[in-house]
Amino acid sequence: MRVMSFIGVLGLKGAIGLKTKNKELSPVHELLEKKYNGGFLNRREKIIPIILFFMAAVSVLTTLGIVLTLIFETFTFFGDVSIVEFFTATEWYPFSKTEAVYGIWPLVLGTLKITLIASLFAVPLGLAVALYLSEYAGARTRKIMKPILEVLAGVPTIVYGFFALTFVTPFLRGLFPSIELFNAISPGIVVGIMIIPTIVSLSEDALSSVPEPVRHGALAIGSTKWETASKVIFPAALSGILASIVLGISRAIGETMIVSIAAGSTPSAALNLTSSLQTMTSYIVQVTTGDAGFGTTIYYSIYAVGFTLFVFTLAMNVLAQFISKRFREEY
Amino acid sequence: MENVERIKSEEMINRIDSRLTKNKVVKGLFFTATLFTSIILIVLLYRIIVQGAPYLSWDFLQNFASRRPEQAGIKAAVVGTIWMMAVVVPTAAIFGVGSAIYLEEYAGKNALTRWIQMNISNLAGVPSVVFGLLGLTIFVRLFGFGNSILAAGFTMSLLVLPVIIVASQEAIRAVPNELKEASYGLGATKWQTISRVVIPYAVPGIATGSILAFSRAIGETAPLIVVGIPTFVAFLPSGVFDSFTALPMQIYNWTSRPQEEFHNLAAAGIIVLLVVLIMMNSVAVWIRNRYQSR
Amino acid sequence: MTLTAVKSKENNQAGQTENVLVYNTKDLNLWYGDHHALKNINLEINEREVTAIIGPSGCGKSTYIKTLNRMIDLVPGVKTNGSIEYRERDIFNKDFLVEELRTRVGMVFQKPNPFPKSIYENIAFGLKIHGIKNKQIINETVEKSLRGAALWEEVKDRIHEPAYGLSGGQQQRLCIARCLALEPDVILMDEPTSALDPVSTLKIEELIQELKQRYSIIIVTHNMQQAARISDRTAFFLNGEVVEYDVTDTIFNSPADSRTDDYISGRFG
Repeated sequence: MRVMSFIGVLGLKGAIGLKTKNKELSPVHELLEKKYNGGFLNRREKIIPIILFFMAAVSVLTTLGIVLTLIFETFTFFGDVSIVEFFTATEWYPFSKTEAVYGIWPLVLGTLKITLIASLFAVPLGLAVALYLSEYAGARTRKIMKPILEVLAGVPTIVYGFFALTFVTPFLRGLFPSIELFNAISPGIVVGIMIIPTIVSLSEDALSSVPEPVRHGALAIGSTKWETASKVIFPAALSGILASIVLGISRAIGETMIVSIAAGSTPSAALNLTSSLQTMTSYIVQVTTGDAGFGTTIYYSIYAVGFTLFVFTLAMNVLAQFISKRFREEY
Repeated sequence: MENVERIKSEEMINRIDSRLTKNKVVKGLFFTATLFTSIILIVLLYRIIVQGAPYLSWDFLQNFASRRPEQAGIKAAVVGTIWMMAVVVPTAAIFGVGSAIYLEEYAGKNALTRWIQMNISNLAGVPSVVFGLLGLTIFVRLFGFGNSILAAGFTMSLLVLPVIIVASQEAIRAVPNELKEASYGLGATKWQTISRVVIPYAVPGIATGSILAFSRAIGETAPLIVVGIPTFVAFLPSGVFDSFTALPMQIYNWTSRPQEEFHNLAAAGIIVLLVVLIMMNSVAVWIRNRYQSR
Repeated sequence: MTLTAVKSKENNQAGQTENVLVYNTKDLNLWYGDHHALKNINLEINEREVTAIIGPSGCGKSTYIKTLNRMIDLVPGVKTNGSIEYRERDIFNKDFLVEELRTRVGMVFQKPNPFPKSIYENIAFGLKIHGIKNKQIINETVEKSLRGAALWEEVKDRIHEPAYGLSGGQQQRLCIARCLALEPDVILMDEPTSALDPVSTLKIEELIQELKQRYSIIIVTHNMQQAARISDRTAFFLNGEVVEYDVTDTIFNSPADSRTDDYISGRFG
């Protein structure tokens, strides 16, 4: 007790040395008391949350803006073109001066062709890479692959489009001369390359979030790594993996530049993959790079096409959210 | 009995070999897939460098677009991209971080908040070409900005906003509760705690996410096409209401010409674009690694 | 209430003619959602004493101390009724801003939680948020607070270095110094030594003895020896209720309630 109060005295001495004679009269105390008396809060505390709320509202307004814009202009479009024709005609031929036909099917088919090829390419490859990274690869391989996938994810789509047109297409045509300059296969594959990082990173997250004891349990009864991965880990991570695939497909549907550059601009209802086609996205690009004037039917048609595209991708995103939410409580 | 057991365990041991072989084959396949993915990137980069590098020169950076490939350059495109980013960076950062602070610190756990959150995650999945349609309708036509830097910049800001919000939310959520408690315990108000404790701590995370979002804005082409940004521009903008062109637009223009020379120019333009993006990404990764240990 | 009666008798025994209350808790109830965490708490806490709150985990002792400076507001879904008077002002009254309350009543937390700033900035933080910008005042207060927390000699050559470079015990004393800078009336301590080694713990306990000369201290602890060593009065909490509140010697040597006796002698908890 003695020693302690001695330290205390020293401490106080230090304080006295700083011309602070006692606690009640210190400048800090005085200033604080003044503050208590003069009102403690300023207006900032009330205004800032309101400002921040309006900032957060911008996202909602953006969604609202997109939906309203698309609906409004699509309505205008259906003033000129029958909605029945839009959904049932099998020809998309807007640039005819005399007999323009607006049947969305060829554009949807074009999008589906690209998406199908992209998925066939990216899903097996992406899952193989994800399984390798999460179940087999050592820390070093992962350290090398992470940045590679990040770079692949960061490459602008215009660059992929250039790659499709100037490398993949000539390469494929060297193998199969029947492939035309603009076709579905080359942009399809390159869209696949573009979505690989999405599939790999989300699937790998799902695989590696399976708890380690589950893995050890399977290995401890003598399972090989492949048996553990295919029979235990993969099923446990299935929802995350499916969600990653659906999100990848959604990105493929909305991809614009690769198809605009390498797939051509011929709306086609034919099922072949080796000739020129047009997707919903590349039609929008074709119209907006051309000089279809404001107010023409062609101008409004991009909103009808954009709306269809929006519905497709929204459905995919909602599906992905549903899958991952639905099965989240597994472990 | 003993016999049966012995036979059974012998069978199991015999099967181990084939199981292990299968494991090895699968592992080999997966490894090949991983290698293949890396090779794609190498081929892509190699092709572009071989094609474009000879065209890279001081003149290429200093010249305007031209009908003659040997005289064409990317000056207007580079300057235009910088102008556009001068609009995007402050707009998207302020609104993105502001939204994140609201959602993490002020918003109640109620239906409205969940709805805003759902809106944001759905926006992140909307194709960029659709954002172009929004920009065309609202900024170009309704607000009358025309095909200006402002119209394109605002469109791009909306496009990257969800990414920045989500990254900032994660960074804010990672701020230890103890630090907030310490601040409140000293009598700090909510905003003082946010501005002096939460944000400084979250800045590295916010910066990393935002830089990645901005690098996406630099490379995006589709929204620019849709809002009507021209490709052939032979002057520099002098304000945000001026018309301009951007790097990806210039690359797109050269790529869609049939002549080989223009493709080479496009490759040279891509090299410039990729160098910028790689630099930005390196900064983001550097920040992330530097502050990760904390 | 019987508790009050017992207490006043003890006061007379201790020969205190005058006891000024800093806190007077009356019929306090608190719920986390449906969970009734504090039940009818009545406690009077004296000025310039060390009041210890003990009890098994989950008994509500931490909840109670966090209610005293309304840090409990940060937990969503908390409801209270009853009152707590701090110097005869109801802390739940709308006119009594939490910011003022928390400036007058400092808090030290379970885990040392210095800001990721320099030692100097950690202490200056409280002053700056309250609008004190005068450099001289800040410099003086930093030194005075560090001395008050018995840390000055150890850190005087490196006050501009990061606080994270300090040891756990030093960090906790820094957090105490950070409190002292605002010259609070009361210091609340929520298990301040539970994350520290025995030597650092001893230093903090010595410091508390010394701070008692000038501040009222309320300390939550799961360590009964600690309560016995440093406190003047002890409240024993169990299942959200105050079982017994008395002079520390009485609680530890002749508790009135058999449950207190069981807890003190280590039969549960």
